[in-house]
Amino acid sequence: MQDTQDLKRVVIEPVTRVEGHGKVTILLDEQNKVKQARLHIVEFRGFERFIQGRPYWEAPVLVQRLCGICPVSHHLAAAKAMDLIVGVDKLTPTAEKMRRLMHYGQMFQSHSLHFFHLASPDLLFGFGADVAIRNVIGVAEKHKDLAVQGVMMRKYGQEIIKATAGKKIHGTGAIPGGINKNLSIEERDSFLKDIEQMREWSRGALKIAKDYTVENLEQVAPFGSFDSNHLSLVREDGAMDLYNGNLRAIDAQGEKIFDQVSPLKYLDYIAEDVRDWSYMKFPFIRSLGPENGWYRVGPLARVNACDFIDTPEAEEARKEFMAVTDGKPNNLTMAYHWARMIETLHSIEKIHELLEDTDLQGEDLVVRGERRPEGIGLLEAPRGTLFHHYRVDENDQVTMANLIVSTTSNNEPMNRAVTKVAMDHISGQPEITEGLLNHIEVAIRAYDPCLSCATHALGRMPLVVRMVDAEGNEVAKKST
Amino acid sequence: MEHRGGILLIGYGNPGRLDDGLGPAAAAAVERWDHPGVTVDSDYQLTVEDASDIAAHDVVIFADASVNGEEPFFVKPVQPRQAVSFSSHSVEPEALMHMAHTLFNGNTRGYVLGIRGYEFNEFGERLSSRAAENLDRALQYLRLVLEDPRLLDMPRDAAN
Repeated sequence: MQDTQDLKRVVIEPVTRVEGHGKVTILLDEQNKVKQARLHIVEFRGFERFIQGRPYWEAPVLVQRLCGICPVSHHLAAAKAMDLIVGVDKLTPTAEKMRRLMHYGQMFQSHSLHFFHLASPDLLFGFGADVAIRNVIGVAEKHKDLAVQGVMMRKYGQEIIKATAGKKIHGTGAIPGGINKNLSIEERDSFLKDIEQMREWSRGALKIAKDYTVENLEQVAPFGSFDSNHLSLVREDGAMDLYNGNLRAIDAQGEKIFDQVSPLKYLDYIAEDVRDWSYMKFPFIRSLGPENGWYRVGPLARVNACDFIDTPEAEEARKEFMAVTDGKPNNLTMAYHWARMIETLHSIEKIHELLEDTDLQGEDLVVRGERRPEGIGLLEAPRGTLFHHYRVDENDQVTMANLIVSTTSNNEPMNRAVTKVAMDHISGQPEITEGLLNHIEVAIRAYDPCLSCATHALGRMPLVVRMVDAEGNEVAKKST
Repeated sequence: MEHRGGILLIGYGNPGRLDDGLGPAAAAAVERWDHPGVTVDSDYQLTVEDASDIAAHDVVIFADASVNGEEPFFVKPVQPRQAVSFSSHSVEPEALMHMAHTLFNGNTRGYVLGIRGYEFNEFGERLSSRAAENLDRALQYLRLVLEDPRLLDMPRDAAN
């Protein structure tokens, strides 16, 4: 094996249009052949310590500080764990449906934003297109209608979150054992007014994602793709359920590795590996070990793992999606976009269904039971399965918190995608252009990772692309 | 979107990351004033849907923590500018102004209020003492600006 000290090094830091801080390092030999490619994720540490000693009922609010992009997912996962702490196994219909409305609002806005404003520049203009047009402003100028749709769909989801969770920055909607408000008739009607428009735009986005994948299958199929296991929550009848369910893992051929595993037993089935070159852990399925047990989470995994989707339009879309691979799991990295838009349509269908349910105007909001020392809450966040696990002492203080976020589960798959693309598109190229480097980012963006929960204050987060040799000498640098 | 006019103040940052919470703290204070003609919003970061709200106002003030800017705070106009690269789901004020103008036909004037902070790298829901002092100074300035937005275009001592 060649000593990596003799290799040239290309560094992309941080990765653009993904959350937080990430760095890609590509080692090249003297012929510009890729020898190694790695995605380094700067995972912020210390949150577990931050929450220790705090009263358990504060957890659903405090955990929103973890991430400015998916605070609702953390809010709801912590609330689900705290339901168990207060001895509640079943919420009132109003509480359960309000939380679901909040969650589908979050899914809808997050997926819409990702597709229209982060992914679509690559899909509409090409992976290697001029960076001056390959961005959301380029989309706004060439496809103004799409850019406006993206903003308005995002806004719609955000307004649902506001109506169910309260303020954007101090969401308090979900509380241990229930919810602190219902949905007023006025709020319901304001959302119903625009629901058909949102459904129509969701169908349009799904068509773009599907047509893109099918029409470019020759290019898309091998792009950063590989066989993998898939993990997600599913309902007891096998339906997709983004808010609640049991764990199911399938292999690349669709065979079940385990099924209907209670979230309370997650530690019996999932473990985390550490590697000396990465701060972020590498989760894996215990029975398969770290070498073979890594898995994907997120839209692709969810559409692959479920038996059906319980809303009609999304189910039709799922069938079309699965038909491309003859009913077997789809293992194409770029198929994440198509799967994400199926979930967007599913989310707006569920939102519509919930808005027409009078339980949202119910008054029975909270239940209580006998206090327990431990709580585990899992849900399907936009980027994949999110695990929250807490222990609480007799003084009501949190003594232990363990979180596995979806980006951590996708750590190994993203690294594999980066390696595959680097080998296929960068290896041996005489010149490493920005367009070529963007191929790496296209593969990472498919997973919509939330790389960390960094502060964003003015003066931070420049994009720096550096190429340095093995001795650390800078060969090239690009910053935006 | 219907043009509402007036001033929109967006305070953004993560209150769980010490001085990164300066923006939301400024927004919370201004909201308590309940000033007529002023709309207040607060979020962890700026996102694309802010563009439509911005377009509905005459003036937008982006209140954020500053890592290395002038003490106790600085004010500068924001020119609409294409963002060549979007770093994340969050966007920068210049790009939002561009979107407000091009997508939503806004004619809004924008300003960044950068309040100097010092501690960002730990979890904790508090401001450092120096950041809190800077926030007080910034709020004194904002009180005057909300009465007369023309002060935003003048040297800061004109507001003293």
